[in-house]
Amino acid sequence: MSDFVDGFWSLYVAGITLLSVIACAVLLTMQHQKRAPGQAVGTTGHQWDEDLAEYNNPLPKWWMWLFWITIVFGLVYFALYPGLGTFKGMLGWTSTGQYQAEQAKADATYGPVFKKYAAMDIEAIAKDPQAKAMGERMFLTYCSQCHGSDARGAKGFPNLADNDWLWGGEPQAILTTILEGRTGMMPPMGAAVGGPEGVKEVANYVLSLSGAAHDAKLAEAGKAKFAACAACHGPEAKGNPALGAPNLTDKVWLHGGTLAAISEQIDKGRTNVMPAHKEFLGPERSRLIAAYVWGLSQPPAGAK
Amino acid sequence: MNDTQYNYKVVRQFAVMTVIWGIVGMLVGVIIAAQLAWPALNFDIPWLTYGRLRPLHTNAVIFAFGGSALFATSYYAVQRTCHARLFGGPLVAFTFWGWQIVIVLAAITLPLGYTTAKEYAELEWPIDILIALVWVAYAIVFFGTIATRKVKHIYVANWFFGAFILTVALLHIVNSAEVPAGFLKSYSAYAGVQDAMVQWWYGHNAVGFFLTAGFLGMMYYFIPKQAGRPVYSYRLSIVHFWALIFTYMWAGPHHLHYTALPDWAQSIGMIFSLILLAPSWGGMINGIMTLSGAWHKLRTDPILKFLIVSLSFYGMSTFEGPMMSIKTVNALSHYTDWTVGHVHSGALGWVAMISIGSLYYLLPRLFGRTEMYSTKAITLHFWITTIGIVLYIASMWIAGVMQGLMWRAVNEDGTLTYTFVESVKATYPYYVIRLTGGLLVLSGMFVMAWNMFKTIAAGKAVEGQIPPVSAGSGLDAPAHA
Repeated sequence: MSDFVDGFWSLYVAGITLLSVIACAVLLTMQHQKRAPGQAVGTTGHQWDEDLAEYNNPLPKWWMWLFWITIVFGLVYFALYPGLGTFKGMLGWTSTGQYQAEQAKADATYGPVFKKYAAMDIEAIAKDPQAKAMGERMFLTYCSQCHGSDARGAKGFPNLADNDWLWGGEPQAILTTILEGRTGMMPPMGAAVGGPEGVKEVANYVLSLSGAAHDAKLAEAGKAKFAACAACHGPEAKGNPALGAPNLTDKVWLHGGTLAAISEQIDKGRTNVMPAHKEFLGPERSRLIAAYVWGLSQPPAGAK
Repeated sequence: MNDTQYNYKVVRQFAVMTVIWGIVGMLVGVIIAAQLAWPALNFDIPWLTYGRLRPLHTNAVIFAFGGSALFATSYYAVQRTCHARLFGGPLVAFTFWGWQIVIVLAAITLPLGYTTAKEYAELEWPIDILIALVWVAYAIVFFGTIATRKVKHIYVANWFFGAFILTVALLHIVNSAEVPAGFLKSYSAYAGVQDAMVQWWYGHNAVGFFLTAGFLGMMYYFIPKQAGRPVYSYRLSIVHFWALIFTYMWAGPHHLHYTALPDWAQSIGMIFSLILLAPSWGGMINGIMTLSGAWHKLRTDPILKFLIVSLSFYGMSTFEGPMMSIKTVNALSHYTDWTVGHVHSGALGWVAMISIGSLYYLLPRLFGRTEMYSTKAITLHFWITTIGIVLYIASMWIAGVMQGLMWRAVNEDGTLTYTFVESVKATYPYYVIRLTGGLLVLSGMFVMAWNMFKTIAAGKAVEGQIPPVSAGSGLDAPAHA
């Protein structure tokens, strides 16, 4: 892969890079001037605005040294590292190479720690205090931004500690969610349930399912129209984890449980995404996080 | 209008607005500093959220406060060192009113959320066009005045002002190239990493030419004037001027270390930033050494205190900058509050202090007085500002290094020791200290405003007399002594 569309630009940029460094050196050499011992420094003889004038002191020596050191350092760096067009530098260093070396070193150091759990049952991992602590730390680093430090979620981001699952709460299902991600998609149903009036009726019916305050007459009318929703949410509105369709009878509301919020959801539909982490975290780390998340909604040992 | 007098009117206008915009810009800074410590202070009002007020703060302090200070001082210095009235007739007034309209438009559109999302270049395309027009007029006025000068040599301050005006025109026009998609919406002409590179070529040269070269011009006029001493070394001014010009242009990529930017470009950014150390210090040396033989004046003259301490902060931040551009240091400092501390040691310590010192020299002379209404108030302002800046940058240094160390700490199993939010929580006390520092600097600006209005009330607007051609003009003197 080349950064330049043709060889000319590599030479061009390398040329003006060197020229700019060398120009500094030339300037410094040109203006180098020793002061004869005992000689007083005069002004340049120019005068502006009544009393503005300039002495012509020589350049401070320590300052010239500083300048020379940075110039030489720059030239040496350009010889060793990539910097002059396509010239790769004598050390062959690249930032990609450095990243890969650090990554390999980390894998060699930390790989064995995670290997131990690769073959272990997720339930068993959840009972291992060390694995649980590792899982928690990774959860806080990678998951808490959306699901919260206490895993109790927020609007649009599911609570992971309440044993209510959109896509299934089996350890393997949780691991799949982490590795592959999930896309929950509800189509806009406004037209299918008969426009704004239908939306209102169905929303009241949905509220009635979990015993929330609702208009009984509208809910009765909405019940028939709910047939359009049953394909995903089921005739009893208990949801379907294969589709990520939520249970509507349980008082758990991901996007709000008010009449307005539910109506909007029915009318406009929604797409909600959990990103895949397979490439980023890899199967071994994901396994520990899955165990930690599963453990959150399990009763403490002994308490049944 | 006559050719025997300098144009002080536009200098007065810009000088007064510098103080006003300084207060506005720093007030917004104090508000967002408070929001970082207590996020509820945006009151859930979109126009007051951090994301919209932060660009308002940066635009107001850089372009409204700093810009007005540069217009005022460059217009004053170029006339007096050229022994000529400002060139361009009505263009002069256009630069003042045009620039004020730009600022007001920024203050309206940014809180409303109109932004190009390019840092320090957030204003949308119609405002960009107005900026370009004002800037071209500025260039015509400034270089026209140089061209019609009555003295042979061009004073060093004018080299720096000239470089600043030319380069900012180039930077603004290239970086703001965008495709309009409606009246207040546009897309950058560049894409991906090229866009990032153009943006930081602009961004760092905004620091290099707007916030450095321009203010060095200010330094070269007002320090020798206030100290009553000749500039230390003509030779040094030549070397560090041209070296700054050669090197600053290349330093931008250090904002993009360890990104998709190709390695060679990152190396260039780092190396030229390091080479910049000596040229930057050249300006500091030339300013501070101008005072040699007159050090005692520093004890009694608060204006000199402002000017000289500004150079100390300049030296400090131009040492810190090259260090932070080294890739291994940058790996720790980047994205932390260390960067914020570094920027403010330059922006408050250098830019604000040299501007304030220069204005204290300038204001009485524009209003027919020999000094400000209250010298004690200047001393008070100096100490409040200095303590405020030290609190600000020290707290951000500590916070930044702490954040960098917390983010990279790993446990024995390779997991991160701290979550991001833990580093936010640990920063809280430093945010409060930073806010205190900012409040001190802001209150200093109120002291200055009071002193300025008292000076204006006690004085009377005057115009300067242009000296007759022969007197001390050097026009008849030999080209070089």
